[in-house]
Amino acid sequence: MTLENLINTLREHPFLEGFQPEHIEKLAAMASEVRFEKGEFIFREGDESSFFYLLLSGTVALETNTPGRILRIATLGHGEELGWSSVTPSHSKQFQVRSLEETRALAFDGARLLHACEEDCRFGYALMRAMLRVVAQRLQSTRLQLLDMYSPAAAKVG
Amino acid sequence: MAAAEVEQEQTANEMTPAVARVAQVHKETYDTFTLALEPSNGEPFPGFTPGQFSMLYVFGNGELPISISGDPENRSRLLYTVRSVGKTTQALVSSRPGDAVGIRGPYGSHWPLKVARGKDVLIVAGGIGLAPLRPAIHYILRHRADYNRLIVLYGARSPRDLIFRKQMDDWGRLPDTQVLSTVDYGGLSWRGHVGVVTGLFRYVRLQPFHTVALVCGPEIMMRYVIWELEARGMPPGDLYLSLERNMKCGIGFCGHCQYGPNFICKDGPIFPYHEVRSWFGRYEL
Repeated sequence: MTLENLINTLREHPFLEGFQPEHIEKLAAMASEVRFEKGEFIFREGDESSFFYLLLSGTVALETNTPGRILRIATLGHGEELGWSSVTPSHSKQFQVRSLEETRALAFDGARLLHACEEDCRFGYALMRAMLRVVAQRLQSTRLQLLDMYSPAAAKVG
Repeated sequence: MAAAEVEQEQTANEMTPAVARVAQVHKETYDTFTLALEPSNGEPFPGFTPGQFSMLYVFGNGELPISISGDPENRSRLLYTVRSVGKTTQALVSSRPGDAVGIRGPYGSHWPLKVARGKDVLIVAGGIGLAPLRPAIHYILRHRADYNRLIVLYGARSPRDLIFRKQMDDWGRLPDTQVLSTVDYGGLSWRGHVGVVTGLFRYVRLQPFHTVALVCGPEIMMRYVIWELEARGMPPGDLYLSLERNMKCGIGFCGHCQYGPNFICKDGPIFPYHEVRSWFGRYEL
């Protein structure tokens, strides 16, 4: 993908809505296009992966291993983000992520992103604000899932 | 006869169930069943409008408000989708063909299918909340030219909790119809979405001023759906909710289902959101 194509692709990605053009250019210079085959693991639990991905097409599943079974806890697709923990101090992955169909994404090295944030605080603020939105959405979804709101027991609580 | 006596007799008549016969009990999931009832006297049932409910009486056991889940144009057979969660629902789903069930109604308000003509219809359902919405889907599909796009978003606890799966698949193949299901958690064999129902909005091209949204599910789910729709610019007047409370008489007589100034059984169960927004989500109610 050419730099121009990268810029255009990034401009259309919902994660970067409201970003300044120069910030998008900065990100484009750090992006590399990646593809994952159906069934391929993007990372596994415990991996020291430091990549942050913007998904362009396809679907991936976040899964966790429990004794005797694998539980799928979220699916992510076009227009979503994967690997926000790459910009946190711990890069150790707590879930495994599997590509459910051929998936295309833009990958960013977390360390490079953090370095760019430190060099340019305005860029850093915009990026962290977008990351926080993702984390808040995931937290809210997780809380709702934890409520188990469809179960008869949940209806009787109180 | 004095006015009070007339009123008393009318109430007594309304509280007296007719007798219907169980024609079929279809297992939807491990705990949810659809009962087909037929009239015991050969006369068709009174017509119902999508969203309405009946009071079903399991003789010797108890009476329950149950939404009608079948095709509104079929008056010879009424369908009720029931989750077995208590003594009376257990008795109801354990019925066998030929058993007698008491029936009163149909009661309550209905989905705004006239208001929605010419617009997109967005249906958001959670758990067994899909059941009261199915008659609306039947109606829209029978009068397809009257509506623009039909979008059905459905969330459930797990793949084994999804009801009407085959029908949902069939609807999803129809033109101008988008049907998406998600579960809170799934195993490896589940090929669909995993996550909360509001997560499905990202796959929908919503036209906020050209859409009517019909929502039914656990109240907390509906709250999040409302926030999501309002954030996307949908006017509150185009959002309709089906509310549930402790309905006993079904005719606004006993007051058990009072909700602010309304009785759910008589004024609801379907409300435009803007009419109930000041009561919605209040702890005391």
